[in-house]
Parts: sequence; C-alpha cells; structure tokens
Amino acid sequence: MAEKVIKFGKNLVTTEEFLAEGHSFCTGCAEVLALRLACKALGRDVIIANATGCIEVCTSPLPVTSWRVPWIHTLFENVAATISGVEAGLGILMKKGRIPERDIKCVAVAGDGGTSDIGMQALSGAFERNHDFLYLCFDNEAYMNTGIQRSSATPYGASTTTAPAGKFSIGQITWKKDMVKIAVAHNIPYAATACPSYPFDLMNKVRKGAEIEGPAYVHIFSPCPTGWRYASDLAIEIGRLAVETGVFPLYEVETGRYKLTVDRPNLKPVEEYLKPQGRFRHLLDEEIAKIQERVNEDYARLKANVAALPA
Amino acid sequence: MAEKRLRTGSDFTWRDMEVGNIVTEAGNAGLRRTGDWRSRRPITDKEKCNKCGLCWLYCPDAAVKLSEDGYYETDLFYCKGCGICAKVCPRAAITMVEEEEK
Amino acid sequence: MSRRIGLEASFAAAEAARMADVDVIAAYPITPQTHVPERLAEMVADGELNAAYVPVESEHSAMSVCLGAAAVGARTFTATAGPGLEYMHNVLYVAPSMRLPVVMVVVNRALSAPLSIWGDHSDAMAVRDTGWIQVFCQNNQEAFDMTLWAFRVAEDPKVLFPVMVHFDGFHLSHVTEPVILPEQEEVDRFLPRFHYPFALDPDKPMTHGAFGAPDIYSEAKIAQEVAFRKSKKVIIKGLAEFADIFGRHYHPVEPYRTEGAKTLLLTMGSFSETAKIAIDRKKKRGESVGLINLRLWRPFPFQELRRELKKAETIIVFDRCSAFGGPGGAGCSEIRSALYGESEKPRVVSFIGGLGGRDMSVEDFEYVVDRGREIAAVGSEELFATGGIRGEVTAIRG
Repeated sequence: MAEKVIKFGKNLVTTEEFLAEGHSFCTGCAEVLALRLACKALGRDVIIANATGCIEVCTSPLPVTSWRVPWIHTLFENVAATISGVEAGLGILMKKGRIPERDIKCVAVAGDGGTSDIGMQALSGAFERNHDFLYLCFDNEAYMNTGIQRSSATPYGASTTTAPAGKFSIGQITWKKDMVKIAVAHNIPYAATACPSYPFDLMNKVRKGAEIEGPAYVHIFSPCPTGWRYASDLAIEIGRLAVETGVFPLYEVETGRYKLTVDRPNLKPVEEYLKPQGRFRHLLDEEIAKIQERVNEDYARLKANVAALPA
Repeated sequence: MAEKRLRTGSDFTWRDMEVGNIVTEAGNAGLRRTGDWRSRRPITDKEKCNKCGLCWLYCPDAAVKLSEDGYYETDLFYCKGCGICAKVCPRAAITMVEEEEK
Repeated sequence: MSRRIGLEASFAAAEAARMADVDVIAAYPITPQTHVPERLAEMVADGELNAAYVPVESEHSAMSVCLGAAAVGARTFTATAGPGLEYMHNVLYVAPSMRLPVVMVVVNRALSAPLSIWGDHSDAMAVRDTGWIQVFCQNNQEAFDMTLWAFRVAEDPKVLFPVMVHFDGFHLSHVTEPVILPEQEEVDRFLPRFHYPFALDPDKPMTHGAFGAPDIYSEAKIAQEVAFRKSKKVIIKGLAEFADIFGRHYHPVEPYRTEGAKTLLLTMGSFSETAKIAIDRKKKRGESVGLINLRLWRPFPFQELRRELKKAETIIVFDRCSAFGGPGGAGCSEIRSALYGESEKPRVVSFIGGLGGRDMSVEDFEYVVDRGREIAAVGSEELFATGGIRGEVTAIRG
C-alpha cells in the first residue's frame, strides 16, 4: 500500500509502519505503541541504535527483524556511545565526500535500566561531547525484560521481583531517579517527557528532538501490563492517569526554558493512578499519602520552573 | 532466509547465517504470526464506526489496517487481542469476544 | 622517497593511522597508551589528518564508538592498554561477531593488583578468545608496519574481522628508534579505500546485532569460527603484499637461526629482540639453540608452528603473564596443544617472567635457556619456572 497520511484534526500521521508487525512484545504493551508512534514521527531517514532490553529482544530475533529502518544493537550499557560513533562516522564520511550529504537522524533507544542505571556513564559522555543525536528512554520502571527487577526508575512503593512487597517491606523504598533533570543538567538543547496516551504530543516531541541540533532527550512513559500488573487493555488509561494525577507530567525543556505541554489546573488524586495496578496493591493509605505529598511537591517545583523560565 | 528458517527449521544450518548475523531483509518479522497468542478477538460494528482511526493509532501491534472503504479492519494474523482498540473507541463500536477452539 | 626518522612505537602507530587516512578515532587516555591518541589528536588539530577524534569518557565507550562508526562504513581506530582493554572486554566480543573491522593498538600493560602501569602480556592473554585477529610487534618499525597491515586485513571483504596490534608498554611505546615511513603513494597502493558492504544506510535498511535464541546462537558462532579461520589466508596474503611494496617480510611464525637446533626458545613481542642476542651468544659458544618469534597470536598458526617446532628436542616458551593454577603461561599451553598430536614431540617448558615491566636482559635469557634445558632433562612434572624473578620457583605440583 502506498504511503498515506491519516488526519486527526490538525495532526497528520503516516500509515507507513517503520516497525513491522510480527514483533514479540507482550499483549497490550504500551512501550511498543510508543515506539511505533516515535518511528512514524522520525520517518525513513534515520539510524537507530538500540540498547539491550525489551525493544531489542522483541524486534530482532534472528533471523528476522521488525525494523524497516537501519538499526544496530551492540550491548546493554553503551547505546549512547554506539550512536556517538554512528554520528561521528556519518559526519566525517560526509565531510570527506565519501557518502552524499544528507540529513540522517541519529537516534538511541533504550529502557530505563539501560539509561538511568547501567547506561548512565555513556549517556553523560555523549551529552557532554555534544553529539547531534536524539535519545529515547522508554521507561517501564523496572528491568522488565529480565523479569521485573527494580531499577533506579522504579517508583516508590512499587513491588518488583528484587524489591518485593512483604511483611517488612513496601517494595521500592527509594524515589524514582529524575532522568530529565539529569539530562537538563548537561545543558543540552532539548529534553522532554512523553506518554503514548498523548500520541500527538509524543510525536511532536520526538520530531522536535530529532530536528534540534545537538543532543536531545525524550523520556517516554511506557506502561507495562506484565510488570505493573494491570489488564492488557488498560495501557492508555494508565498513561492518562499518570499525567492527570501529576505522577508523570508532560513537559519540555528547550534551551533551559520550561513548558508544560499538558497542563491540568487540578490534579486527580494519585490513588486513582495507583489503584488499578497490582504492583501498588499492597500500599496502605499512609503510604499513598506520602506519595501524594511527594507528587504535589515535585509538581509545584515544575510549575515554579515553568513560571521562572517560561518557554 | 527467514522464510526458510520459519518453514523448515532444522534445514537451516550455520551456512545459512548471513555475514555478521546481519538481517538484510528489512521488516521480515512480518512473516511471524502473532495472532495465535490471542484469547479474545475484536469485532467492529460498522454501523457504529465513524472511521475516526483511533483504533489504528493506538494499536501496539500495528494490526489495524485502513481498508479501501475507509473503515479499519483488524488483521487477525497479527492481532494479539489486547483490547486497547475497544477501550479507546469513542463510539464503543469494537467489542472483544472470546476466541473459541474449533 | 621513504623517510627514516626517530619515533616511539606510539608515534609510529599514530603515523600508520594517519597514513591510512583513518576516519574515526575514539580513545580514552591510559598509561602507557597515551602518546598514541595524543599524537592523533594533535594531527587532527593541526589538519594533518582529516578525522573525527571522539574523546570518550571510558574505554568501554571507546570501543562502542568504534562499533557505531565502523557500522556506517568509517575506517576506525583506537588504542588502549592493560586495564583499559579489560574495561572494554564486554565490547570486544561484539566487533568480530558483528564483523566490524576496527583496528586497535594495545600497548601491553600489566593488570592490577598491585597497580602497575608497566608492561607485560596479561592484558593480551585475557582477551585471547574474543575473536580478534591479534599480532605482536618486536620493535617500533613493526608497530608502524603491523598497524598499517591491520587495516588491509581487517577491511578485506573476505575477512571483516577486527585486528589488535600488540606492542609492549614503555619498552616500545616510550622508546625512540629509527622508523622508516613510506611514501603516501605506496600506502595508498597497499591499502584500498574501506568499503563496508553492510553500512547502515536508510536506503538499504539492515538490522545489525539481532539477538540469537538457543535455536540459532550456535549456528551463528560456528559460522564466525569458520570465517575467522579462513581469514588466515588473507592474513598471509596481506603480509606478502606488504613485503612486495615495502620490502619488509613478516610471517605468522618467525624462526631465527633455528636450523638443526635442539633447543628452541619461543618469545612474543619486544623480548624476542633481546632473546635473539642471547641466541647469538650461545650459537657462538657452539650450543644447539634457536629462537621462534610468534607474531600471529590469533588465529593461532598451528601448522606453521608444528613445522618449526616438531624437530626440536626442547621448546622453552617464555610468557609475560601469569595463568594462575593453569598449565603454565598462556602461550605455553597453546604450544603444547599444537604439538600434542605429533608422534614424536619435544618437551615443552614454561617460563613466566618480565611481569609488570620487569626487564629481561640478554643474560636473563641465557639463563632461561640453560635452566629450561635442565628442567626438560628432569622430566615433565615441572609445571613452570620463572625468569628474571628473585627467588626461583620451579617444581610446583598441582
């Protein structure tokens, strides 16, 4: 079928699928939905480097691939360095006239573990060296590919296989690492959060991040029915609730200027987000209250940033 | 190569491996049926459907296809039956029904 | 006209990378490798070399950048040493498996602890099975020659495996010797432009680095093994082409005055030159000795070695690394394996020495040969002996 676009109000979305069907993501996975949308935003002129993780495994079981764009996976912890090499290689080959000048987007794809834990050093180095690339972190808040082990992106109170809730534990006892803040601290030109429940916002940010010169970072909330323990048809609602409760606000930071791209004057109580998920089912009211308090504080701080440094 | 592997299994030897294990057939995962994971299937009521396309937009498996008549159809070769399309349908035109062994 | 100038091995390797018109260099500083990337960074800064120099934050990223760059078709180069090589260990396996022909200089350095910035071969031996083509250099000229040759072999469409060029930390890396630098025209004749047939390209989308489930991983590894062994043809052809153009002859296994010798000493790297003087002295005294310099470490030159070694009575293998609890040095165990199938095989004695920068003098090597012959005469229960180390250790039984 020839490429077409489908109109959603003012938003145009290509019918081209850069990620083929037949992948092995879990039923109802929102991560692959986010990836599918991101690929639509990126288009054809792209090279993707992928860290080990759900996306890598579910899209590339030899001898088949879901990818219809050039794609490379080397290891878990080094995707930012691999894409640095892709970018540096393309740049010098074009400069030397060995390959035609062309705008090819260099995009790194990783999960939360590959980003905020084991891949942090390589990512910090790539940001600092100012490579022209877009880094997409698909955050499903634990090591889902290896069986739901906690990561530094796992939220407070979530039960995982290595920080399980039990008689003497609420599960995760640390607060989620704020990767966007860390990205912003590198003074990169663009950092943002996104969620597939807001597909046009997500696609706009991916497009913007790819087009901006220099490093860009988009942190994508990726609800996981398997690890978060909710019914397979609930991904879109869960994502919406994360945004509407302020648990995962949608914003962008462009050259240090903040903008909430979805702004809710009144946040819903976090309980509405926590309740449908098995990983939070053990939480008592006082713990939920503690989470509420933290979400309020973080959201107020974000609003203050938006007010102090508006886009 | 992939077709040989998917169809013949043990006929596929190390000699069939591409240099560096590179997969040169882009998107050949489309050969893989994921529809057999499904325990529920979506049924669309064309009477209710207003062709808004949200089921297509939100499908994680890219299993919803735009057909010639402007309606959206689920390709059951791929559909894993998650039910997201039914949830996001603003007209409640999609219902999930149990798969039955025939 | 070629030029003859004084160069450290580090600068000689950097010159080779420059004359190869390398596209991407990614390196992280570590003693004693530092002069290699420093010189290259200087060349890029001065416009002598049109390359992207990526100053990475670790060796792990250095190799990872090389993988990405090679995958788009860039000629890539890096250098490291000792702990840096081990830090990129995980990444090392990926390059040959994905057939990305990176060239890397390893300025050999000991591993911690105790911390030592000085030379031995512990780093090289720990990466023995990573699937890289590996060669050792005896002197600074070879550092240049082998680095240049490495690009020729790695990038050959019949090979597409990465190459490691080993030379000894400080003993070569920081010592100035005369080096003959060829004309650019000769280099260009020897080394065609790199064309990677599987370059990442939006017009021809390919998937690099797909994962292997148990039903296919073994086939992938066997295919790699077969291709790697086949690369030896091009390795040897490359050395012959090198000799044709530059007039210097190299071989996987290099015998030195071995005709009819009953005892052969086998060394790798810069110690081979010192050991040659010890052999000369002994020959003068009428002793039946010779030396084998092992240049090609992987793929291991079994046939060539058998040819050279099987007629001798005693082989003394000198390794610059420990192989704790093993059958002696890593080199020695390979030599023993190579000879095991022979009906009449020489005795093989393992010496370990030259660790962490400890120098081996000509006299030390004379002693190693004498002691080695004694041990061989006693029998095979001796597992290994030490050379140049205070307090000899022999006859350790497992």
